[in-house]
Amino acid sequence: MSGAARRVWGLMYRHLALYRRSWPRVLELMYWPVLQMLVWGFVTAWLAGAQNNTASVTAGVLLGGVLLWEVTLRSQMGFAISFLEEIWSRNLGHIFVAPLRPHELVAGLVAMSILRTAIGVGPAVLLAFLLYGFGIWTLGPALVLYFTALMAMGWAVALGVTALILRHGAGAEALAWGVLFGLAPFSAVFYPVSVLPGWLQPVSLAIPASHVFEGMRAALLEGRIAWDHLAYAFGLDLIWLGLAAWLFMAQFQAARVRGALLNIGE
Amino acid sequence: MPLPAIEAQGLTKTYKDSDPPAVAGLDFSQPAGSTWALLGGNGAGKSTTIAMLLGLLVPSAGRVMVLGHDMARDRFAALARMNFSSPYVALPHRLTVAENLHVYAHLYNVPKAKERIAELAERLQLTGFLDRPAGQLSAGQKTRVAIAKSLINRPELLLLDEPTASLDPDTGDWVRSLLEDYRAETGAAILLASHNMAEVERLAGHVLMLKGGRIVDQGSPADLIARYGRDDLEQVFLDIARGQGRAA
Repeated sequence: MSGAARRVWGLMYRHLALYRRSWPRVLELMYWPVLQMLVWGFVTAWLAGAQNNTASVTAGVLLGGVLLWEVTLRSQMGFAISFLEEIWSRNLGHIFVAPLRPHELVAGLVAMSILRTAIGVGPAVLLAFLLYGFGIWTLGPALVLYFTALMAMGWAVALGVTALILRHGAGAEALAWGVLFGLAPFSAVFYPVSVLPGWLQPVSLAIPASHVFEGMRAALLEGRIAWDHLAYAFGLDLIWLGLAAWLFMAQFQAARVRGALLNIGE
Repeated sequence: MPLPAIEAQGLTKTYKDSDPPAVAGLDFSQPAGSTWALLGGNGAGKSTTIAMLLGLLVPSAGRVMVLGHDMARDRFAALARMNFSSPYVALPHRLTVAENLHVYAHLYNVPKAKERIAELAERLQLTGFLDRPAGQLSAGQKTRVAIAKSLINRPELLLLDEPTASLDPDTGDWVRSLLEDYRAETGAAILLASHNMAEVERLAGHVLMLKGGRIVDQGSPADLIARYGRDDLEQVFLDIARGQGRAA
């Protein structure tokens, strides 16, 4: 294993060791996605019963929206909360004086985000199939691309949140939980972009998730892969990640100038 | 001739333009294999200096070379060869001692990590509580674990902030012996910041006396005591802190 890979693994090992001895933490990862699936699953079952001719389509669009949005949420939280764990344990000082490069720190947080998302969303996917007969895999092989695009958006938002935590300290912690909920109304999760007022549509189209959900609806309603939306989603992801990485590095450097790295949690 | 462990030139840190500098133009060169101490009252600039040596803080002016690496441009190469311990920076308290040491063995890319951890556990008497969460340890045990972490990569430069703070005299003495042995065996350099004058007298071959972010005097503990005409370093410290005396 190369030095860089080993340092990334070291960071992952620290979090895996934490989860290994704390089942409530593992349970918490699954709790909200499963709860969301239960609530939306029953809403969908009721709506599908009221509209028999479009029952399976309605179910697919709503449940697909719930599951894919959870991927975005869990990906963002998985990254940001793994960083916050270092602040809560007052361990950042040791992390930053180890030869761990900032990009290796980000790689470790991304890896933890993928693991946390898989553990969190997996049971909800299973539940959707067992209780409501909806298999997310009906979206086809493009599902992997949808997942990737949404997770990348989650990482971009999390990098931005982490940058704000570096700038404002623990006071910015609440953003780690709440920031993506604020984007949900504009991300076309449960309805198409065209439903939004005209002046809001450009805002929505600048969000990578909007294109993924438009693509998901194209797959479920028309049975086609909307490559144009996928291309937009990945293109926007690159822009978002680039901006977030710039913000993170700028705030990391500013924290080194201010001397904030040792007392960031205070 | 080996490179100095630390070379600071005009090292300055100003947090706000309107405030006086926390550290103002420090110049010193600590030889490899030596033990030096930073001594000064609260706000004298010890922690700021250590943070700059570790690359945690960017100097406003001046330059730091650590083990031949410029900390402004090549700090990760230096960080791999040094380490740091402070009672004010914790280790994850839910992880066991062994897990914590494994994390840092990976972060420092330590070869044969298991053997190294076993060796440190034996030497620092951690064997009995390797599987206990770090948060459940006594203050003395935590200090020993923190020192084990700081030795995990066999550092050539060890920066210690208050290494024996909150330890009973017996454990403090034990830690000091351990540090002396480590330096003698490996030829590592140690820079410590401490308020414990007896500790500094025992461990340090050279003392930098800081006040208001400046080096106001320096020398071996014996030289300083003799120059100030005092009985011990604590009296020298008080003279300097209160501005009551100056070396002859």
